[in-house]
Amino acid sequence: MTISFGNPDRPNSYIGKTVPRPNAGRLVEGRGHYVDDMTLPRMVHVVFVRSPFAHARIKGIEAADALAVKGVLRVFTGADIAKVCTPWVAVLAHLKGLKSPPEHAIAVDRACWVGEPVAAVVATSRAAAEDGAALVEVDFYPLPVTGDMMTALDADTPVLHADMGDNLAFRREHHEGDVDAVMAGAHKVVSARFKTARHTGVTLEPRSILVDWNGAEGQLTAWHATQAPHMIQSVLAQHLGLEEGRVRVICGDVGGSYGIKVHVYPDEVATAAIAKIMGRPVKFIADRLESFTTDIHARDHEIRAKIAVDETGKILAFDIDDWTAIGAYSVYPRTSAIEGNQVVNLCGGPYDFSDYRAKTTVVFQNKTPTCQYRAVGHPIAVAVTEGLVDMAAAELGMDPVAIRRRNMYADDCYPVTSPAKMRFEGLSHHASMDTLVALMDYDGLRLEQAEMRAKGIYRGIGIASFIELTNPSPFMYGIGGARISAQDGCTVRMDPDGSLVALSGVTEQGQGTEAMLSQIVAEGVGVSPSRVRVITGDTQVTPYGGGTWASRGAGIGGEAALQAALALKASILEVAASMLQAQAKALDIRDGKVVDADSGAERLALEELGRIVYFRGDTLPKGLPRELVQTRHFITSEYPFAFTNGVQASYLEVDTDTGIVKLLKHWCVEDCGRIINPQLVDEQIRGGIVQGLGGALYEEIHYDAEGQLLNGSMADYLVPMAGEMPDMVIGHVETPTMESTLGAKGAGEAGTAGAPAAVMNAINDALRGLGAQVTEMPFTPERILRALGKIED
Amino acid sequence: MKASAGGYARARDLSHALDLLADADGMGRVLAGGQSLIAAMNMRLSTGDMLVDISRISDLSGVSVQGRRLRIGALTRHAELGRDALIARHAPLLAQAVNHIAHAAIRNRGTIGGALAHADPAAEFPACVLALDAVLHLEGPEGSREVRAEDFFVDVFETAIAEGEILTAISMPLAEPDEVQMLKEVARRSGDYALAGLCFVRRAGGVRLSVLGAGSTPLLARAAMARLDMEDIGGAVAALRGELNPPSDTQATAAYRRHIAGVLLRRIWEEIGGESA
Repeated sequence: MTISFGNPDRPNSYIGKTVPRPNAGRLVEGRGHYVDDMTLPRMVHVVFVRSPFAHARIKGIEAADALAVKGVLRVFTGADIAKVCTPWVAVLAHLKGLKSPPEHAIAVDRACWVGEPVAAVVATSRAAAEDGAALVEVDFYPLPVTGDMMTALDADTPVLHADMGDNLAFRREHHEGDVDAVMAGAHKVVSARFKTARHTGVTLEPRSILVDWNGAEGQLTAWHATQAPHMIQSVLAQHLGLEEGRVRVICGDVGGSYGIKVHVYPDEVATAAIAKIMGRPVKFIADRLESFTTDIHARDHEIRAKIAVDETGKILAFDIDDWTAIGAYSVYPRTSAIEGNQVVNLCGGPYDFSDYRAKTTVVFQNKTPTCQYRAVGHPIAVAVTEGLVDMAAAELGMDPVAIRRRNMYADDCYPVTSPAKMRFEGLSHHASMDTLVALMDYDGLRLEQAEMRAKGIYRGIGIASFIELTNPSPFMYGIGGARISAQDGCTVRMDPDGSLVALSGVTEQGQGTEAMLSQIVAEGVGVSPSRVRVITGDTQVTPYGGGTWASRGAGIGGEAALQAALALKASILEVAASMLQAQAKALDIRDGKVVDADSGAERLALEELGRIVYFRGDTLPKGLPRELVQTRHFITSEYPFAFTNGVQASYLEVDTDTGIVKLLKHWCVEDCGRIINPQLVDEQIRGGIVQGLGGALYEEIHYDAEGQLLNGSMADYLVPMAGEMPDMVIGHVETPTMESTLGAKGAGEAGTAGAPAAVMNAINDALRGLGAQVTEMPFTPERILRALGKIED
Repeated sequence: MKASAGGYARARDLSHALDLLADADGMGRVLAGGQSLIAAMNMRLSTGDMLVDISRISDLSGVSVQGRRLRIGALTRHAELGRDALIARHAPLLAQAVNHIAHAAIRNRGTIGGALAHADPAAEFPACVLALDAVLHLEGPEGSREVRAEDFFVDVFETAIAEGEILTAISMPLAEPDEVQMLKEVARRSGDYALAGLCFVRRAGGVRLSVLGAGSTPLLARAAMARLDMEDIGGAVAALRGELNPPSDTQATAAYRRHIAGVLLRRIWEEIGGESA
């Protein structure tokens, strides 16, 4: 069965429309159900004693005073946990050369970053556990700290993990063509050094897990705020020595993830181990300081990069040298090499050029581990690429839009393979740019900018084209040996009252997955979305799946839901045809009723069909298939990833005396293929832009030379807030992927991918003529004034 | 983290509050709006405090004119100050300050007395009372006493309030008809602590200029004030930058803060129509 998406007047046309979110009312009424809302009989709380040193040997742990605190039940050391929980090594076979030492749930004899768990205190209340934790005496012997990224591989820098031989975790170089020769002969070569700051995701709900071990059943149940319940099931089973089938992971409401909650955290695994040891439910909820010190960090990169262009602005080559420091361990099981790898894959992404060299160097240091966070690697690659393109345009005296139009892949050239060996099925760079230029009235804005400049007001316009990697196949993790499903499934069933229940392997993080699924199922079967209940996040209930990450929920989970819904529709019509003595193909389901496909005349309500099937099955012909439940799985197979594309623009004003940047307006035109719910897509784009603006202007985790984190609070780590956010105009071009009936690609990360580059280019546009240029994010007032040479030390 | 308080008692009136503090063996902490203290307790930066909650003592709240002076009860909340007609007329600097203090939820609970007793050098109200030449009224077991704002701020989070004393009110001269009061600051985001800020007051007796976010206490910029009295803005900017000793932290260096203070002073001067030479 197919759906005529081109016809907006088709029956049950819910795909492509903004429909109400089924869980919105519950959430705004405070009836959400998060891990911390749960209290189980005999439940206890665990608090972790964390290393105050970036690098220290643990010579001894004295817990007597802690155990004397009223309410404290047990204190666990790393060695205690290691008896029931094996360590993990976060490498993947396809990331050749990636190395990382075994990591324990609680450090056994050495702590490698400030915040690493070194002991756990279990008590009847969180407060008592904290009282106890304050009294655990750990005898630390401080060791030399490796902090700086660029000197991590120097001969005189201490090696963090002696067994590894050096501080190099991973290196990859990709070379296409002959970059040196092209650079040597090019009309212009522009080079620059870029830095992106260490970030973290700052989820509203902190990391949360509640684990119960039921010895009588031999089952471990974890209520967990996670993006990947089945992955966590597999990890807990493997490291606690259980069968996967004896681990159940339940994921209720989640208060934001952004990639933070798709990783395996030592303290969460330790919580599960403690539950198994104590045979009672154990809850761990990270507090905000723990979030800053132990949630994964990301984006700590320094890049030296060059672009070569000819006289006409044609891009000839990019040469990228990316460095990133990932903390003390590669993070399990997705590894910490992916971000650098993405930079290599994505630089130059929108452009049709031939010679490309990109290298990433990934090093260890004594800081919080980094890993995948929303738009993994994209904001870095886009900033480097788009920054260089603007600098080249300025050298040539070209307009930023013109140089991009000169170089972007033509909209009719697909399929095409990029110099980075990325395969693009179908993109729309030129149509997107045309839409953007019209939306923002580019020429009018340039006039306004010039008028303001004449009055001494420095405004800038910044453009950033980008590609985004979505709908990953097993090429992302599975081929490397990780038990992370790229396939996802959905079961749709019809109950006697004609209502539907959809069980999906993708998860709801607050972004509207369940709304998206409900409208797909509603259209696929032919009922109102209000007749569809969606269940996600339970490994014993839903089909096996990967969960929600890498912008795969709609493209993968949505297609599985559509196929399951269409299959159920066929099953229903088969029964209906028998009951109505009609041909199934002459019937259709519209608004919950079986109708004549041609005339639309109502023949049979679904609740009547349900009544007959479930209660008077005796009246149906023997042997008639009557399974009103269908399951389908979907996996992409033609392309490793479904690339999307888009272009963003920023308009801003720089106060050249204070360095303050005022964001005036932001635009994004994005092509995520088929749009299922326009409002949800637009809000994904907006939310993503806000996170990107945070990286451009505000967010930066600071450490001192001793590896102490200096700004672990919401007062000191600045996230973007409503007061500073500009109006955002979102536009769309739709190039559906042909891999699926639905045609949807991902939309969750596009905003974050392009926003920092757009802001950087806008600031530098504003400062052009003043001899100033900024390339180190975030663009703080001080960095801008220093670029302008206005600060006397 | 969960707070670890030593105890809590709600005071019926001022003398009850003083008794509770006296009985607290040096662990007494006055709880007013709680917008700084509770946050500190929730991070266990302060533990074992015997909280003396004065928030229900109604006669410590409100704004009144008493003769030639404006009197503000210590429990008057930021939001109330922001919409008070007497404040708008007689101490507009405080109303301007409210617009820069944190966010609505905090302004609805935080009190001016709490902010002054907390003495955060980056906060607005301490610098305001310094520029306004206010007097802080303290009540203690030995009776009441008054401290000039210039003598009140001792160090970071440290004031002239003695053990067992409570700040009950702030008073200041009514603004003169031609008086200029202006607050300007630079913050990364609206509601953040300022990287640097200036409180400027020009009255018949001369200019008073205080700086927030630029040292261990709010600073009265006497050298700059003298230059401003001579209408020498260039000299004032140089003097101001010279007398500041601001911190360097993750948001900005001392050099940036010094630079910004000068920029803000020039902007104030231009706005009030001063010569820009």
